[in-house]
Amino acid sequence: MSNIHKDYIGSKFGMWLFLFTEILLFGGLFILYSTYLHKYPAEFHLAGKELNVYFGGGNTVALVTSSLFMAMSISAIQKGDKRLAIIFLGITLALAFVFLINKYFEWGAKFHHGIYPDSPTLLQRPKGEIIFFGLYFVMTGLHGIHVLVGASIIIYVLFMLKNEKVNKDDFVLLENTGLYWHLVDLIWIYLFPLFYLIV
Amino acid sequence: MSAENKHIVSYKTFVSVWVILMFLTAVTVWIAKIDLGFLNVVAALTVATTKALIVILFFMHLKYENRLFKISVFITFLILAIFIGFTFFDVAYR
Repeated sequence: MSNIHKDYIGSKFGMWLFLFTEILLFGGLFILYSTYLHKYPAEFHLAGKELNVYFGGGNTVALVTSSLFMAMSISAIQKGDKRLAIIFLGITLALAFVFLINKYFEWGAKFHHGIYPDSPTLLQRPKGEIIFFGLYFVMTGLHGIHVLVGASIIIYVLFMLKNEKVNKDDFVLLENTGLYWHLVDLIWIYLFPLFYLIV
Repeated sequence: MSAENKHIVSYKTFVSVWVILMFLTAVTVWIAKIDLGFLNVVAALTVATTKALIVILFFMHLKYENRLFKISVFITFLILAIFIGFTFFDVAYR
């Protein structure tokens, strides 16, 4: 297969370029959040108190730990240890599902209390609180979709590792998946304090 | 192919990075329990940015990439900072 040209640096740089667009996408939402926090500090404070720090904190631990195993999976395949790379990536995937199940229960509890976008209970609240929960659902929702997409790509890469399409000499697919996954972690690093802690 | 600039980061380094990230998460939860007013926002964002920097440098391998990657990432975050900063020139002085 040595006649096939693969641009390793170019492939990784392309992934970074895509990540830049993701940063600007979430960046726009962060501008929206900070502008409304500035306008409705009291309402954001009251609404933020209703979010459960344990859900948010638990999910922070799950994502950071999944990032650790993703990073170690790349080191493992670079060393040529296919078995360990698959185990580490499998743990990353498991933690992605821990995150999503956690999110399911968190959102479920909110829905149970009648809080979801455009719900009658929510619309009776002050404007600032409606905006807070609107941003909460949009931003954690969009982030959740990213977790789901990341998990799907991880499953694909697990198969590629298994049949050695990703191997000691050609692992850029795993590296790029890692970059995407760490970006998802990176965004959560900001979402967690903004929604669960500071307000 | 990939072999030319392969830098393998040890498991030990990654686990140390993880311990620091966990510690910073605990710190940010702890600070939030103390009422510092606006300083709470500053503290939370400072800790978050420190964590983000650690993730980018180590987990995302940026520390081991060439200059093109480092400059591009820097410019992206600079643009984001300009977006947010200039928005607040308007919002904060209304």
